[in-house]
Amino acid sequence: MSSQKRGKNVQAQNRTSQGSNSFQTTLSAWKVKQDPSNSKSISKHGEDNPVGDYEHADDQAEDALQMAVGYFEKGPIKTSRNKDKTWEKHLKTVENVAWKNGLASEEIDILLNVALSGKFGNAVNTRMLKCMIPATVISEDSVVKAVSWLCVGKCSGSTKVLFYRWLVVMFDFIDRKEQINLLYGFFFASLQDDTLCPYVCHLLYLLTKKENVKPFRVRKLLDLQAKMGMQPHLQALLSLYKFFAPTLISVSLPVRKKIYFKNSENLWKTALLTVKQRNQGPSLEPLKLMLGPANVRPLKRKWSSLSVIPVHNSSSCTKECGKKEMSLSDCLNRSRSFPLEQLQSFPQLLQNIHCLELPSQMGSVLNNSLLLHYINCVRDEPVLLRFYYWLSQTLQEECIWYKVNNYEHGKEFTNFLDTIIRAECFLQEGFYSCEAFLYKSLPLWDGLCCRSQFLQLVSWIPFSSFSEVKPLLFDHLAQLFFTSTIYFKCSVLQSLKELLQNWLLWLSMDIHMKPVTNSPLETTLGGSMNSVSELIHYVGCLSTTAMRLESNSTFLLHFILDFYEKVCDIYINYNLPLVVLFPPGIFYSALLSLDASILNQLCFIMHRYHKNLTAAKKNELVQKTKSEFSFSSKTYQEFNHYLTSMVGCLWTSKPFEKGIYIDPEILENTGVAEYKKSLNVVHHPSFLSYAVSFLLQESPEERTVNVSSIQGKKWSWYLDYLFSQGLQGLKLFIRSSVHRSSVTRAEGINCNNQY
Amino acid sequence: MDSYDASESTPRQSTSSRPEDYFIGATFLQKRLESVRKQTSFIPTPPRRKIPHCSQLQEDVDPQKVAFLLHKQWTLYSLTPLYKFSYCNLKEYSRLLNAFIVAEKQKGLAVEVGEDLNIKVIFSTLLGIKGTQKDPEAFLVQGLTLSPRLECSGTILVYCNLLGSSDPSTLAFQVAGTTGACHYTRILSKSQLPSENREGKVLWTGWFCCIFGDSVLETVSEDFTCLPLFLANGAESNTAIIGTWFQKTFDCYFSPLAINAFNLSWMAAMWTACKMDHYVATTEFLWSVPCSPQSLDISYAIHPEDAKALWDSVHKTPGEVTQEEVDLFMDCLYSHFHRHFKIHLSATRLIRVSTSVASAHTDGKIKILCHKYLIGVLAYLTELAVFQIE
Repeated sequence: MSSQKRGKNVQAQNRTSQGSNSFQTTLSAWKVKQDPSNSKSISKHGEDNPVGDYEHADDQAEDALQMAVGYFEKGPIKTSRNKDKTWEKHLKTVENVAWKNGLASEEIDILLNVALSGKFGNAVNTRMLKCMIPATVISEDSVVKAVSWLCVGKCSGSTKVLFYRWLVVMFDFIDRKEQINLLYGFFFASLQDDTLCPYVCHLLYLLTKKENVKPFRVRKLLDLQAKMGMQPHLQALLSLYKFFAPTLISVSLPVRKKIYFKNSENLWKTALLTVKQRNQGPSLEPLKLMLGPANVRPLKRKWSSLSVIPVHNSSSCTKECGKKEMSLSDCLNRSRSFPLEQLQSFPQLLQNIHCLELPSQMGSVLNNSLLLHYINCVRDEPVLLRFYYWLSQTLQEECIWYKVNNYEHGKEFTNFLDTIIRAECFLQEGFYSCEAFLYKSLPLWDGLCCRSQFLQLVSWIPFSSFSEVKPLLFDHLAQLFFTSTIYFKCSVLQSLKELLQNWLLWLSMDIHMKPVTNSPLETTLGGSMNSVSELIHYVGCLSTTAMRLESNSTFLLHFILDFYEKVCDIYINYNLPLVVLFPPGIFYSALLSLDASILNQLCFIMHRYHKNLTAAKKNELVQKTKSEFSFSSKTYQEFNHYLTSMVGCLWTSKPFEKGIYIDPEILENTGVAEYKKSLNVVHHPSFLSYAVSFLLQESPEERTVNVSSIQGKKWSWYLDYLFSQGLQGLKLFIRSSVHRSSVTRAEGINCNNQY
Repeated sequence: MDSYDASESTPRQSTSSRPEDYFIGATFLQKRLESVRKQTSFIPTPPRRKIPHCSQLQEDVDPQKVAFLLHKQWTLYSLTPLYKFSYCNLKEYSRLLNAFIVAEKQKGLAVEVGEDLNIKVIFSTLLGIKGTQKDPEAFLVQGLTLSPRLECSGTILVYCNLLGSSDPSTLAFQVAGTTGACHYTRILSKSQLPSENREGKVLWTGWFCCIFGDSVLETVSEDFTCLPLFLANGAESNTAIIGTWFQKTFDCYFSPLAINAFNLSWMAAMWTACKMDHYVATTEFLWSVPCSPQSLDISYAIHPEDAKALWDSVHKTPGEVTQEEVDLFMDCLYSHFHRHFKIHLSATRLIRVSTSVASAHTDGKIKILCHKYLIGVLAYLTELAVFQIE
């Protein structure tokens, strides 16, 4: 046969090989120590080959290989002595090619035949089997033929062992497995042989499908177990049987045990790697059949659950329990159901979403991102209820401040909460069980334990009517908020900001796909908007009081303004008809703050409010139909009020005349000379340092600086200087809210505050 | 989406402040959340309850089985609804659980389901242990050990099981010879319950029930069987194994049900209020003093008739117990004790109450003594269990 033809063949097989449905499973990957000497000797064979005359050597080797294969196929001519050397030479050729490039499936077919037919001596057979390394795949037929030789009894026991070992190692490279699976009974019968038993067990472990598990086989295996004792390979096979047929067998694996099959890869390790690399395409990640929890923890609990989250187990047990009552349609459904163990990728999930076999314990979905997707989109009540019950009970049971002496589990509880939060972030959706858990646990919370996790749970509370949730959650949170440190206050504000963001995202999605989602709890948009605005007002109250308690801390103010940065942009960013302004307590604290960055942030927020309100106004004028959500003129008035105060202070140097009015007498009584100017961009305490450094930059030699000298042209240079110092908020604010009709200051300014 | 008929919502739900929920068809999950909210927003226990009536047992109840439940100490657990549990498959379940237990006991060794072993688990229904017709049937799980001594003496009792809930009056005994060759079945009368049989020693017993569990029943769909109260008697390791099997098979969740002092005082009042023909035990309270270096317990025993007299003097509303009455009752006891010993019992913690009706410990242990009030006691425990799983 020509090499060209073979290449084509190989490609074709390459394609088909992906169709097989069973891959090597992980048990064999739980390895015993690798034997280093073995792999070293193998690597000697293939590597040092100069690339230069590679092609030429390749051709030659090809021919030699053909001859060798031909020789072996014909069989030995026994009489002559120097023939010994001939087979030696041919075998060498085959070995060299095999270790370097692997053998084509046809060659493997022939050589396997030769090796197992016993035409040559035992030594030859062994060497030949050892070099049966496929170039890409092994055809199923050759394996079947080889197995048929085993029945004839021409090969020795050691050859058989080697063959089974080879079969186990090369299992993934066999192009299809249907025919081999038909031989299941034959392999099973070979379990009788004590020397073969471990290897046959391993092969069966790879080969077993659900339909192979039969009561008589179970009984046979149990007999073997009774005869041979607790053998790891039998354990593995039995537990696989249990996995497929829990109604026939029960086994509980000891926790410590990890090695189930002796590693038979050793001989072929490097060869396997190269083949895998060659086959890059079909080598999928091996399936993971979990026979028991993988990580062992020293502290074992009474209720034998090693980790909080249960491991996956398909739910076949509950289904089969009602075997006698099962109707025909159930049977049909079951045959179509897609086993969980095979679920590996998102496309698979999409294809089989209607017939997915769910895990017996819903809690296990927390560890499986694909099933989390499923949980997220499924509208099947029992599934959600099972998950709900499991999660709320587990949370309650694990929660450490429920029980007095439970603090050693603290770490575990934190980890568990982290897992939940990860899942929630992954789904971008909160779980109802967590909300229910918060209702119960928040009143008892000390505010310290698992603080970050707890506050994150708060931020993932699913959207619901605020007035209803307030007495259950937020009133308790407020108590903690007022009595705790400033850092706690800041983190609460942070998580409330995230909560607002999550709600807004959810609502903005909900509006656009109204008919699809079943919106929980709220039906009208107006109701939803009410709920959000109540949340914002609640945070407003919290922050006003907190500012007073913490004596206007700049640090706290930063977090508060962060929250309002979200609030001011609701109309434009989330396309929701809502504008809520901040309370005066926050506005004036920020305006009179000593920190330039606060003032800058305030300017930015005012600018965004301005944009949002203008957009809302414009929309209102365009479509008068949506009158339900037109903002009350009060909002506009309030905003104008703030804006005038701000412009009055920062720009026109007429503080507290418009907007908030303070009697000039009082202001004079403060004793500040030129109180009118003292809050403008130059004299404002937070900008003063900028003004000084601006002047110093102008004339570095100056001994005394007169800040009041910043006027006229200098004023606008000064502004440019401020902008260049990173005060972008101020820049945006002045650009949008102040119209400068001339370069001269103050008098030439026109306030755009009429809506 | 599950199209649950909104019009079926009970009066309790229609009092919801947000009627618009029911237009979009409230799902079970939303109902659950709703009921959790209700529960947390109000006082955890309703301020008034009925005094247990004596004749609440259903007519078809089996007195043998009731007797079996009495005078035993049970450890309480709450249990979330069982998913896909079916009363038709009890036999199958017992086979599976049996194998599971054996496999757990001998880690690593596989066990064939249905094999003859020296441990046997039996499921049987407890007919009539329910409050209303809507309550699901209670059922009993027993773990027996068949003593190996008898294996060499000719015949052993292999297992005994109900033939099904349809015919509770007959029990099937299968007796096998040691040769294993001959199997024959006899029908015996029910008086030979396995527990009374010398050959099979009951190692562990547990039962599941739901008495007046309406509030939780209406929030689950028909795939679930709601038996929120689980009572176990036997080694805790066995409870753990069997509980694990239930958790794995029916996706439910067991958690120990502790009874706090508040609920214990309710129990004390309600059980004192029960009318008794004759008292079998004194009324006894146990307080634990938290501050002493070693825990100090104060036991306070009262003649049951005196306790009843005290209750009658406190009691105002006929047929019902109110929160004020409970408080008053306990206050009377406290002040009486203080008068004599100058100890304020209200500063200590009530940990056990025992009366002629039943006795309860704060760790979630209960012993029911009076068969007349069995249902009444269980109804209150169900309420506590439901509260815990919500």
